[in-house]
Amino acid sequence: MTIDPATLAAILAMAGATYFTRIAGVWLASRFALRGRAGAAVDAIPGAVLVAVIAPIVIGAGPSGLGAGLVAALAAWRLPLVAAVTIAIVSAALFRAVV
Amino acid sequence: MKLPAGEGVVDQVVLGARTVLPVVFGLIPFALVLGALAARQGLSVLEVGLMSAIVFAGSAQFAAVELWSLPPAIAGLALTALLINLRHVLMGIAIAPHLRGFSGPEKALALFWMADEIWALAMRRGIEVRLTAAFYFGLGFVFWACWVLFSLVGAVVGGLIDDPRRWGFDFAFVAVFMVLLKSFWRGPRTGFVWFASAAASMAAWSLVDGPWYVLAGAAAGMASAALAPPATTTRKPGR
Repeated sequence: MTIDPATLAAILAMAGATYFTRIAGVWLASRFALRGRAGAAVDAIPGAVLVAVIAPIVIGAGPSGLGAGLVAALAAWRLPLVAAVTIAIVSAALFRAVV
Repeated sequence: MKLPAGEGVVDQVVLGARTVLPVVFGLIPFALVLGALAARQGLSVLEVGLMSAIVFAGSAQFAAVELWSLPPAIAGLALTALLINLRHVLMGIAIAPHLRGFSGPEKALALFWMADEIWALAMRRGIEVRLTAAFYFGLGFVFWACWVLFSLVGAVVGGLIDDPRRWGFDFAFVAVFMVLLKSFWRGPRTGFVWFASAAASMAAWSLVDGPWYVLAGAAAGMASAALAPPATTTRKPGR
């Protein structure tokens, strides 16, 4: 149960870098009013980020990812969050075990 | 804009905590694995807990643990965390309007807790009703506490789960993000934007190592939205 000084420094540096990325966007948004095309681009951020994060998990892993992704999409479209999460986990585990 | 149901601060915190629970379910296996990997790389239990508590960024921590050396390469680790988390800058721009009612310290704490999942849940909340600091803190605290707690457990217990992906736990995030995507749908234009995002993400993912695919997908989605802006812009000046 010890903390090594070099490890502590590395953790603090990582924490600082991460927190900087978390506050930078809000700071930028307070400096610039975004309208028209820039506003449309900013409004597209949430969907674009979420799609970009999950695309390789679903599309990049072959038939099992695609199959589980399809089941997850159907569940997410029709069911509440808890049910969708459960079905997605189970179907991904099954597809990976079988396909 | 509607005010949220359940007006009391406590109600809001509890509501936030309940909202984040299904997401926490998918988080726990990854926290266990992170703790186990970090312990295997020579970090003490205390160091693992400290890293999860103050860095609090899953993908950056996995990358750091993978790159870990003794003594650690401090600048390299900080740069890696910066690059992997660059997407937070975009996420911060998007969430900024929903944080207008937060005080300075509330904003500082909310942004510390702005992990992908917290951000997405908070964004959806802000679109449906008004996002309160209490609701946000309910989301953030539960998610953060579980991340710290279970990475500690992972560091103590070791290789409890060898690969969370084999058991499908990565699809918890896929399902959560798909459910959240529904609230960002604005008609066929959105389909066009998401297609561009997915295509660019896949291209970058197959061509380059590292976290660039998220930024590539986000940039392509933003660019295609800017090229085909809606006839009347929904974003009010100064909002």
